[in-house]
Amino acid sequence: MYDLIIIGGGPAGLAAAKAAWNNGLKNVLIVERNWELGGILNQCIHNGFGLHHFKEELTGPEYAARYIEEVKATGVQVRLDTMVLDIHKALPETDDAGLSGQDDLPIYEVAMAGKECGYVCEKTKSIVLAMGCRERPRGGVVIPGTRPAGVFTAGAAQRYVNIDGYMPGKRVVILGSGDIGLIMARRMTLEGAKVLACVELMPYSSGLNRNIVQCLNDYDIPLYLSHTVTEIRGEKRVEQVVVNEVGPDRKPIPGTEMIFDCDTLLLSVGLIPENELTKDAGIEIDRRTKGAYVYENMETSLPGIFACGNVCHVHDLVDFVSDESERAGESAAAYVLSAGKGEAADCIETKNMDGATYIVPQKIRPANVDKFVKLFFRVGRIFPKADIVITSAGEEVARYHKKFLAPGEMQNIVLTKDQLQKCKGELQLTVEEKVEEKEVRA
Amino acid sequence: MKELICICCPQGCHLMVDEENDYAVTGNSCERGAEYGRTESMAPVRVLTSTVACEGGQILRCPVKTNGAIPKEKVWEAESLLQKVSVKAPVTIGQVILSDIAGSGADLIATKSVEAAD
Ligand SMILES: Cc1cc2nc3c(=O)[nH]c(=O)nc-3n(C[C@H](O)[C@H](O)[C@H](O)COP(=O)(O)OP(=O)(O)OC[C@H]3O[C@@H](n4cnc5c(N)ncnc54)[C@H](O)[C@@H]3O)c2cc1C
Ligand code: SF4
Repeated sequence: MYDLIIIGGGPAGLAAAKAAWNNGLKNVLIVERNWELGGILNQCIHNGFGLHHFKEELTGPEYAARYIEEVKATGVQVRLDTMVLDIHKALPETDDAGLSGQDDLPIYEVAMAGKECGYVCEKTKSIVLAMGCRERPRGGVVIPGTRPAGVFTAGAAQRYVNIDGYMPGKRVVILGSGDIGLIMARRMTLEGAKVLACVELMPYSSGLNRNIVQCLNDYDIPLYLSHTVTEIRGEKRVEQVVVNEVGPDRKPIPGTEMIFDCDTLLLSVGLIPENELTKDAGIEIDRRTKGAYVYENMETSLPGIFACGNVCHVHDLVDFVSDESERAGESAAAYVLSAGKGEAADCIETKNMDGATYIVPQKIRPANVDKFVKLFFRVGRIFPKADIVITSAGEEVARYHKKFLAPGEMQNIVLTKDQLQKCKGELQLTVEEKVEEKEVRA
Repeated sequence: MKELICICCPQGCHLMVDEENDYAVTGNSCERGAEYGRTESMAPVRVLTSTVACEGGQILRCPVKTNGAIPKEKVWEAESLLQKVSVKAPVTIGQVILSDIAGSGADLIATKSVEAAD
């Protein structure tokens, strides 16, 4: 029986494995469906990774390589080309209970199918879910018109160009201004395609300024904010897309049509955590994050099963994925080594109020918090200046002054143990907009 | 006058740079913006990341980057040079693929190790 099985060998799985090993677990297995470790980083060949973690700018493959080296230096086992199909609680068998010697710890079974192992069911005391996310497909965005070839998600195009080495098209329009779309605008331009436009429904881009400047402006690619694709034309292959301006209600304004002659439409319209396994296992899912509800130690609603990285909530910076996943790995080690003790009774639920769209973790057991806990959240719109206010039972517990909050950037605040102990039952996070001082004076 | 967006922090101030007046920057909210505005208008630089063809390896493309920022106007030249390159596996991360690419002073290096296909 394994101490820990980690599902997914991307940055989240790698960081969790390293931390679990360093914290005393010696029987750890990573299961990865791809032929190599590293996850999505393998196709993100641009730089800008690791500024927080390694204090230098690395490309995706370089960031992955550092973690892969660290994991290789441990005794963590890796099974590649193997897909996890199902996780469930093992039926109570007397020998298993005897084996673990920990009667009240549940034992899980992980069913997988792989090139070398075939179909097997492995038993484990704990699990880390690190399956990452996938892109919202076309079904997730309703565009009228025909269904010709030439419509791809930006991430799929990234894979074709950077890994498989071929270009999905020559004249490109991009819908959505998320970072992957922006990065692909530059990448396809360098590879000889003509990127005609990047079209964004919202009045602001969800991508980083840096990417707007270096990926669009550098190559004179226009960004149409408050616009959307209203029709795709073409029989076998995309021939044209129609773009309209949208009003404040985000509905297309008639008469504002622009027609682009193109053979390719890339969609960069958001990511969804990949949680089929999680749901089937009966783990509670938060409909805001579309990931599992997690406690301060990244444990899900099933004891001994942890979640981290993009499968838990969508991250924009891999550095935060690594931090969070190390915490999940440490927690899995603590859980197995303490035989599930430390079940703390008191639990505070976190709740996003005005201005915030979600909070991770959703539940905090103050007794498990050593010195402080970090709350991760996103804002619902742009706030040039705002206070993040934490209240509980009508009392203000903490207040943070922040500038330039945007939905595209995950925010975090730190609550100390003392502040946490002032909270009762529920903790609420509100984003209070502040008016610029200049305007007040005027 | 040249318009720029500062990329040094999420605020994204709109900068105006006066080339005729010693690259004086306005519109910035802090000193970093002034610095960025000056370098970006006097001598903008970029790190180029791309891929080169790879023969006999487990993968067909090997990702590469310039190991330092190169003048922005050399980006196209560097890209067209690297498109003609094909490396033979095995490749080691950090290995120099083209030295002093496009006379920029920076080397083009591999950003991933590629083992030979078995
Ligand atoms: C297309 C794309 C581009 C991105 N570009 C950037 C960027 O430029 N900069 C940035 O900071 N962040 C970027 N991100 C965000 C990036 O995903 C995160 O920073 C980070 O890679 C997430 O790590 P992860 O380990 O949670 O997920 P992933 O890297 O996605 O890893 C998950 C791994 O789990 C494996 N897996 C999934 N299901 C199973 C299963 N059932 N059995 C076995 N294995 C399984 C997958 O094969 C994969 O290797 C991008 C994301 C996407 C989708
Ligand atoms: S000028 Fe200063 S405040 Fe404005 S974007 Fe640049 S770094 Fe940020």
